[in-house]
Amino acid sequence: MSLTDASAPTTTRRLSTSKAMVEAIAAEMDRDQDVFVMGEDVGAYGGIFSSTTGLLDRFGPQRVVDTPISETAFIGAAIGAAVEGMRPIAELMFADFFGVCMDQIYNHMAKIHYESGGNVRVPIVLTTAVGGGYSDGAQHSQCLWGTFAHLPGMKVVVPSNPADAKGLMTSAIRDDNPVVYMFHKGIMGLPWMAKNPRSVGPVPEEDYEVPIGKAAIARPGTDVTVATLSLSVHHALDVADELAGDDIDCEVVDLRSLVPLDTDTILESVGRTGRLLVVDEDYRSFGVSGEIIARVAERDPGLLTAPPVRVAVPDVPIPYARGLEDAVLPTADRIRSAVFGVMGR
Amino acid sequence: MDTATRLDLYRMMVLIRTFEEAILREYHADKKPVFDIGAGAIPGEMHLSAGQEPVAAGVCAQLTSADAVTATHRPHHFAIAHGVDLHRMTAEIFGRVDGLGKGRGGHMHLFDPDVHFSCSGIIAEGYPPALGQALAFQRRGTDGVAVAVTGEGAANQGAFHESLNLAALWKLPVVFVVEDNEWGISVPRSASTCITSNADRAAAYGMPGRRVEDNSVEGVHQAAAEAVARARTGEGPSLLEVHTLRLWGHFEGDPQAYRHDLDGVPGRDPLPTYEQELRSAGVLDEAAVTSAAADASERVEDAIAFARRSPAPAPKEAADLVFA
Ligand SMILES: Cc1ncc(C[n+]2csc(CCOP(=O)(O)OP(=O)(O)O)c2C)c(N)n1
Ligand SMILES: [Mg+2]
Repeated sequence: MSLTDASAPTTTRRLSTSKAMVEAIAAEMDRDQDVFVMGEDVGAYGGIFSSTTGLLDRFGPQRVVDTPISETAFIGAAIGAAVEGMRPIAELMFADFFGVCMDQIYNHMAKIHYESGGNVRVPIVLTTAVGGGYSDGAQHSQCLWGTFAHLPGMKVVVPSNPADAKGLMTSAIRDDNPVVYMFHKGIMGLPWMAKNPRSVGPVPEEDYEVPIGKAAIARPGTDVTVATLSLSVHHALDVADELAGDDIDCEVVDLRSLVPLDTDTILESVGRTGRLLVVDEDYRSFGVSGEIIARVAERDPGLLTAPPVRVAVPDVPIPYARGLEDAVLPTADRIRSAVFGVMGR
Repeated sequence: MDTATRLDLYRMMVLIRTFEEAILREYHADKKPVFDIGAGAIPGEMHLSAGQEPVAAGVCAQLTSADAVTATHRPHHFAIAHGVDLHRMTAEIFGRVDGLGKGRGGHMHLFDPDVHFSCSGIIAEGYPPALGQALAFQRRGTDGVAVAVTGEGAANQGAFHESLNLAALWKLPVVFVVEDNEWGISVPRSASTCITSNADRAAAYGMPGRRVEDNSVEGVHQAAAEAVARARTGEGPSLLEVHTLRLWGHFEGDPQAYRHDLDGVPGRDPLPTYEQELRSAGVLDEAAVTSAAADASERVEDAIAFARRSPAPAPKEAADLVFA
């Protein structure tokens, strides 16, 4: 089964995003003995953001492995195991920590398939937590998906809700390529962090894949396309609901994957609305927002009846103080003003 | 050890504990009844150092403000013991304009150039910059020393090993300190490291290594004296591991369900232990205990009042200060 649009799940069972993620991992571990999990605090702790809760009890320490704080060594080890045909899931606790292990990721994980002329496959899932909004400062709040997506050779998925989190995880584990699975802390439905109601939602019990590379129309609309991803989808939907009262009909496109990027869905949407707003929690320059606008411009700048607008983190490290962080994140306030702006109001 | 030094060590430990207890109180005050990490006057992750006072008090007693310290995600004890401005440090933890980083940094990112203090939230990444500070001291002909701190979990990170080698190779005036509190979040030392003492690793890089057991502040003080003297006189780096104690959770809000040693923890608290030792030795009496507590409390509450009075930074200035 494959879920290709956001409204597909026909179930009333509701799970948090973290539980949905874990359900997919457990099902794949049941199905395929080659799947195993490793990372810091993935065992007894269950993942700092509950991405592996209960897996140790169920599968034991051979398949759910706590590692030393040695990211280069264990992510490199996951790559090697994948090269030998296993299907490891390695967790980098925060995407911000990529600096200590990036060589294994972008010079090895991402390039081996190409360098080997397609003879060596690296079926690894690199899971990592991203995002801010709770004052964790400049080294623990970044999204950085633009950095990963920029480097060729790895798929990048960015779920925004529980059903997609499960389906994208299943697809990622089954994919024969390296997949970076970036989950925002704010969508996990954690009891100890303020959360948007959308971080708990309906999740089908059976196995299903959400195809990597297919965006979803999270909310259809006619006036402006809001292309966005991850937690920002929640904010965009909140604003869209609110602005419906002001007679502005927003179409919210949930990208779901950055690599591959579903350019067609974005273009079709912009073709209908004529207006584009990109909302991205990563840094503004040289990233997702510029890429999306470039793809539209490359195909047909005539699709746009107004200049495109982007709401992203201005090029500044994420500040600690509440008011400062709110000022740089793509909050509902900033999204609302941007919608008014692109609508010429 | 002379009485004045022992009293100083004790009073420093009391000051640190008093500070951490006050931050604990302030941190949780407005996160009730439901804990929300992003809420309140002090939002975000909070890693407190209670139980590890002997390491900072013992090491920093050998330093002056001309020496450098690079600390970790758990930085308060070293910041206080090294003489970081308590008011401005507290204001930073509250995210205010009078903070060390004008509210941009937060508790894991405290920088006080007046005493060459810094810290980082990325594991083991405080080690390399300490080499450069030591290099600068060496090149400029001062006798300054750089102290680099990590936890025992961090000793398995590449930066740790690269730094030891380079410091020894260049004979840099560095003292590497490893705080072995037996845990890296939920991972016990036994599940991350095959050898029982990181001091043994020093030999692999050509420097002396020493491990201090029992969280003993006087043991740390003495071992640090040797390591700092060695660095100051141009003989090169040393490694000092201290077997210490994480008295509280990894961070606030940590349920510690994984922690099988919890029952024994209160009995290992170094503060009452040292207090008892000093009382028995006739160094401390009731009056001295009371005055240490009162002085610490006054300084800490004053710093908290200062932080609370300081305004929040203006949101419109959020994008300032990226470049010099
Ligand atoms: C490179 C990197 N990996 C992982 C983390 C997440 N992390 C923060 S503290 C910590 C445990 C550190 O243990 P230890 O070095 O023993 O210091 P302690 O917390 O015990 O003081 C981990 C894994 C990080 N901050 N940086
Ligand atoms: Mg530790």
